[in-house]
Amino acid sequence: MINFFLFLLIILSVLILVYLYRVIQGPTVFDRVLGLNGISTKAIILVVVMGTVYDRVEMFVDISTGYALLNLVGAFAIAKFLEQRGAP
Amino acid sequence: MVILAVGLILFGVFFLVVAAIGTLRLPDVFTRSHAVSLTDSLGAICVLAGLSIYQGFGINMLKILVVLVLLLLLNPVIAHATVRAAYRAGVKPQTEEDQ
Repeated sequence: MINFFLFLLIILSVLILVYLYRVIQGPTVFDRVLGLNGISTKAIILVVVMGTVYDRVEMFVDISTGYALLNLVGAFAIAKFLEQRGAP
Repeated sequence: MVILAVGLILFGVFFLVVAAIGTLRLPDVFTRSHAVSLTDSLGAICVLAGLSIYQGFGINMLKILVVLVLLLLLNPVIAHATVRAAYRAGVKPQTEEDQ
């Protein structure tokens, strides 16, 4: 069973690389924000899967909750700032 | 129980891969937001539900379900805020004449 979770970790890492291409390449700044949102979703799942592998889910889930809330605050800050100032 | 959990995780991973392909291939920010918000939310929720079923009943399952509900609430809100900011900042949607 642990091999299945390690395989899942590898798949999630490859998906993070795909989103990282969009963050680096994106034509507008909003593409980069959407790519960062996708990366943080994958990172939340990755932290929970890592907790399942190490058999300490109750600790890792708290870290992923904090990461989700941090992602919300960061995305709102960037979106409101660019909405008032206009796209660069 | 384990078979149900593995089935849900594989179902979710399929949707996560589809969302990644959509992020690569769709043309502009308004269509890419579909891949990031809709498909990604479904995949993430299925994977987290599978992990919570794998834990069995108890406090761990409840904590993973809290993360699931948080993701279900926050992911569409972030996508909506970003796309509204893009529209108000003057990004034009791509139409058929552009191609």
